[in-house]
Amino acid sequence: MIKVDRIHKSFGKVHAVRGVSFEAPDGKITGLLGPNGAGKSTTLRVLYTVLKPDQGHASIDGADVVEDSLAARKNIGALPHGAGLYPHLTARENIAYYANLCALDKSEIDDRVSSIIALLEIEDFADRRTKGFSQGQRTKVALARALVHDPQNVILDEPTNGLDVMATRSLRRLILKLKDAGRCVLFSSHVMQEVAALCDDICIIANGQVAIDDSIDGIRQRTGQDDLEEAFVAAIQLVEGEA
Amino acid sequence: MRTFLTVFFKEILDNLRDRRTLTSALIMGPIFGPVLFAFVINMSIDRALDDAESSMELPVVGQQYAPNLMRFLESRNIDIIEGPDDPDGAADAVKTGVHDVVLVVPEAFGEQLSDTIPARVELYSDEANSQGEKEARRARNALYAYNQQLASIRLSARGINPRVLSPINVDEIDVSTPSGRSAILLGMMSYFFIFALLMGGMYLAIDTTAGERERGSLEPLLSLPVTRGQLILGKILAACVFMAASLLLSLMSFYVVLKFMPLEQLGMTPNFGLPVVALAFLLLLPFILLGASLMTLVASFTKSYKEAQTWLSAVLIAPTLPILVVSILTLRPQIEFMFVPSLSQHLILVDMVKNEPLNGLHIAISVCSTLAIGALLTWVCARLYRREGLLG
Repeated sequence: MIKVDRIHKSFGKVHAVRGVSFEAPDGKITGLLGPNGAGKSTTLRVLYTVLKPDQGHASIDGADVVEDSLAARKNIGALPHGAGLYPHLTARENIAYYANLCALDKSEIDDRVSSIIALLEIEDFADRRTKGFSQGQRTKVALARALVHDPQNVILDEPTNGLDVMATRSLRRLILKLKDAGRCVLFSSHVMQEVAALCDDICIIANGQVAIDDSIDGIRQRTGQDDLEEAFVAAIQLVEGEA
Repeated sequence: MRTFLTVFFKEILDNLRDRRTLTSALIMGPIFGPVLFAFVINMSIDRALDDAESSMELPVVGQQYAPNLMRFLESRNIDIIEGPDDPDGAADAVKTGVHDVVLVVPEAFGEQLSDTIPARVELYSDEANSQGEKEARRARNALYAYNQQLASIRLSARGINPRVLSPINVDEIDVSTPSGRSAILLGMMSYFFIFALLMGGMYLAIDTTAGERERGSLEPLLSLPVTRGQLILGKILAACVFMAASLLLSLMSFYVVLKFMPLEQLGMTPNFGLPVVALAFLLLLPFILLGASLMTLVASFTKSYKEAQTWLSAVLIAPTLPILVVSILTLRPQIEFMFVPSLSQHLILVDMVKNEPLNGLHIAISVCSTLAIGALLTWVCARLYRREGLLG
């Protein structure tokens, strides 16, 4: 369960996030949708605790991301945008490194790493060094690494960027599996169709503000647009009209 | 504790597989010093032997006017060769570097000599050319000796004891010991150890800060349920291990090089046996923490791998500065110097190589102050690692 309550974040003069609030409940997939530079990544970075909000609060399963950031991180699996691997380590070693850092039981680590490798279908290249991996291979390993400690909350920043159709499909299947297991999945994207295909709730962000936070049908109704892309554009114009 | 060890072992494994880190830590640092050193020592030995034994060639214009002088010069191992045609040619030959030094004997030489008028010869040389300066000195000394000899003969012929010309006899006594003389040349050795030590950890320091950021692996790492302090400590310790390995290799390679150098020919017997190697290693160990944390600190301010490399090259040179100042001013070890890292290690190492009694207080201050500064820098690194700016 992720709660975001009116957070603000500025970088110098740029006011990137201006009072974003939403909730991402367990057992549901929540999409953070918005154009480039809308403040999606900044919001997610606050949630996985690498940035501190200037104002407002956010919590992961009740643990405040600033006050109790270690506890918050325990329940997060995060895939930052453009997450990098260690090129001299094999995919398996990369994943095992994170398993160790998450303090998994030593005796469990090998099994856990093998099962996550099977889940993400990366057995073929699991024992190769990650130098020279394709974007899709890298994303899968980074995702396996983020999920190795079986976190309750999964935060994915534009996970389908640079993935081909097959890889995107398998990622979608995985996200649905996580949902069925009762996890809270929060992911960002700038592609409406992708979000529509997966999400139960969509939070549309533009200009650092929440334009609409609703289900797909709710968004269609409130914007008066049947076509999703038109609905997306209409929602963004709502905010930008105010600005 | 487990986090710390996990990071530590991962960094060791990662960097053992990185050819660039290995080259700089285990080859570049440890080999560069001894090779340069062997080269310099060999050159000094060659030149030292040159002075004493080898014959030198002296082009002379107007040999026919001073046959006795020519014979005298040849008896001093100076080979007379045909010089340029005239005195003007002599100056040109020296200017253009055809000859380093040219002796010109004017036609009137014999006549002036027999009339007991000071007979004039001209010695052309280029004082700006160190090799030429050496040859000119040798020619000049030979001419003075001939002058001396003729004067003695003239005095004797007039019934005067030639010794009246030498009222004072200066006897120079060099009190330096063979180990002491080595210290002058081996003084630069301590810098090579510090250089090798820093090289050993340089790429780790970059990799753990600017490298992780550039690769995009820092953000996921920081989103794990671990404290940042443990991450940075594990990384700094891994850098320390590489630095220690680099230092040890560097000490050992110096030990081997010195064994095979004919240093006795330069009148040097450096005290650099295995016990001194071990002591030097222990003495430099505290510097490792300082070096690792300093490099990590500098690298964490940089925006990219390239920028970090540029700045860390400056860090490689920084430890020479205090050594250089003290060498130029030829200051003797004082207690205040022991608070300055790199300088204190240098001064104590020089004493070790000179085989002089070691000052326990000096060593204690050196070890403690270096460790304290290292610990302080490590703490600053840990603080910095908590900044958001770290993400760039």
